[in-house]
Amino acid sequence: MDAAYFKELWPVLNEGFWLSLKIIVPSATLGLAIGVLVGAVRGTGYPKFLVRPLNIYVSLFRGTALAMQLVVVYYGLPDLGRPLKAFCLAHDLPALWKLCYLSPYAASVLVFSLCSGAYHSEYIRGAILSIKKGQFQAAKALGLTRAQTFRTIVIPQALRRAWPGCGNEIVYLIKYSSLAMLLSAKELTSVAKAMADYEFRYTETFFAAGLYYLFLVSVAAWIMRRLEKHYAIPGFGR
Amino acid sequence: MSADSMPPILEVKNISKTLGSKLILDDVSLSLNKGELKVLIGPSGGGKSTLLQCIHYLIPPDAGEVVLEGRPASGAGRGGLCAFRQEIGMIFQDFNLFDHLTAENNVAMALRKVKKHSKAEALERARRELARVGLADKGQLYPAQLSGGQKQRVSIARALAMDPKVMLLDEPTSALDPELIGEVLGVIAELSRSGMTMLMATHQIGFARNLTNEIIFMEAGKIAEAGPPAALLSPGSGSRTADFCAKLSELMGPGR
Ligand SMILES: Nc1ncnc2c1ncn2[C@@H]1O[C@H](COP(=O)(O)OP(=O)(O)OP(=O)(O)O)[C@@H](O)[C@H]1O
Ligand SMILES: [Mg+2]
Repeated sequence: MDAAYFKELWPVLNEGFWLSLKIIVPSATLGLAIGVLVGAVRGTGYPKFLVRPLNIYVSLFRGTALAMQLVVVYYGLPDLGRPLKAFCLAHDLPALWKLCYLSPYAASVLVFSLCSGAYHSEYIRGAILSIKKGQFQAAKALGLTRAQTFRTIVIPQALRRAWPGCGNEIVYLIKYSSLAMLLSAKELTSVAKAMADYEFRYTETFFAAGLYYLFLVSVAAWIMRRLEKHYAIPGFGR
Repeated sequence: MSADSMPPILEVKNISKTLGSKLILDDVSLSLNKGELKVLIGPSGGGKSTLLQCIHYLIPPDAGEVVLEGRPASGAGRGGLCAFRQEIGMIFQDFNLFDHLTAENNVAMALRKVKKHSKAEALERARRELARVGLADKGQLYPAQLSGGQKQRVSIARALAMDPKVMLLDEPTSALDPELIGEVLGVIAELSRSGMTMLMATHQIGFARNLTNEIIFMEAGKIAEAGPPAALLSPGSGSRTADFCAKLSELMGPGR
C-alpha cells in the first residue's frame, strides 16, 4: 500500500462519487415514480388502452441488456435528430430535435429511470394482484369511487407489499449506475478505471471504489429498512 | 298509516342475471318492510350471493329493478349508484376488512371519503359504532390481530356507520369457528330488535327460526318457497325448506 497514491486517489474518487450520486438519486426517484404509475395501470388493467403499450415497454427494458439500452439512447437517438430537425423546421414546430442530443448524464438518468421503472412496475403489479379481491367489493359497497379505492386501498397496500422488491431494485440501480461509464460519464467507476489505467494499480483502486459502493448500498438499505419499519402494519410482509 | 299499508322500504322486482352462459337468477322478486328481517336459505350455488350482490348493484342485474324507498336504482348513472350503495349496507362472508387499516379506521374511512366527515368526527362515530358491537377496546387493532368474530363485528360497525336503510348479509357466520358464531349472531339479533331492516343469507336455521318472520328458500336461481318459519319448518310440512334443513342438521348436528 502506498499512502501517497491514496492521497491522490481520494479526491478523484470523491468527484466520481458525486456524479454517481447525482445519477443515482434522480434515477431511483424517477424510476420508482414510473414504476408505481406503470405498475398501477398494469395491475389494475385501467385505463385499458395503456395496458398494452406499457406491457411492451416493460418487456423491452427487462428483456434487453442495459448496456445496449444506454448505447442505443446515447448514440442512436442523434440519428433521429437530423430528420426530426428538418421536419420541425419545415413545419414550424418547436425545437423538438434537441431532445435527441442528450448529454451522457441525461442519457444515463433517462435510461436508468426507465429500466428501474420497468422492474419496479413488476413488483407493484404483483403486489396489486395479491390484494384480496373482497376489499374492492367492500369499497364499492361503501360507495367509494374507483379513484378513491385506488388511493386509499390499492396504493397503501401495494406499496407495502412491493417495498422489499423495490428496495432490492434500488440496490441494483446503485451498482448498475456504473454502466454510465460506457457513455464516458465521469462517475465513480469510470474515474476509478482511468486512475487505475494511468497508474497501473487496479487492485487498490477498485478496492477503494468498491468501498464507496458498499457505503452507498448500506445507506440505501438502512433507509429502506427504516421506512419499512415506520410503515409496518401487522399482517403485512414478513 | 298502519304498518300494513306502509310501502315496502326495499322492493326487488323480477331480477334476472346471466353469468357466463348460465342463468344464475331467474326472475326473482321480493320486498322488505321497514324493520323486517328476512332470511335466505338454500343449497350452495342456488344464487343467494348473486342475488344480494345484484340488489346492491355490485353486479348490475340484466333485467328487473331494485327500488329503495320508492326510488329505482337503475338509470341513476355511476354517481347515483355510489349514492344508492351508501344507503344499503353489505356484510360479506369473508368480512372484507381493509387489511392496512385499524378497526377504527376501517369504520372511519368511508365516513371521511364518502360522507366527507372531518377526521375527528369520523373517528368519534367509528368509536361509537365499535362500542355498539362490543369492540370499544379494539379500535387500535389491525385486522390481522382480530379473531374472525371480531372482524365480522368490525365489518358490521363499518356498515352501520353509513346509516344504511337496509342491510344485506351474505352468510355472515359461515367463515367463523363454531365458538365465534354466537357473538356475531348476537349483534345481528340486537340490530334486528333495534329496528334495522335486513336480508340475510344464512345456514343458521335455529337463528332464523327465532328471529325472522319470513324464510325465503332459493334454489337454482329461483325462489322456490317463502313463508313464516313455523309453516315452512314444521316437520310435517313436506316443504323443500324443511327437507333441506333436515339434511343440514344431519350434516352439521342438531341445534345449528
Ligand atoms: N362470475 C361468475 N361467472 C359464472 N358463474 C358464476 C359467477 N359467479 C357465480 N357463478 C355461479 O352462480 C351460481 C350461484 O352462485 P352464488 O354464489 O350466488 O350461490 P350461493 O347460493 O350464494 O351459494 P353458497 O351457498 O355456496 O354461497 C353458482 O353456480 C356459481 O357457480
Ligand atoms: Mg354465497
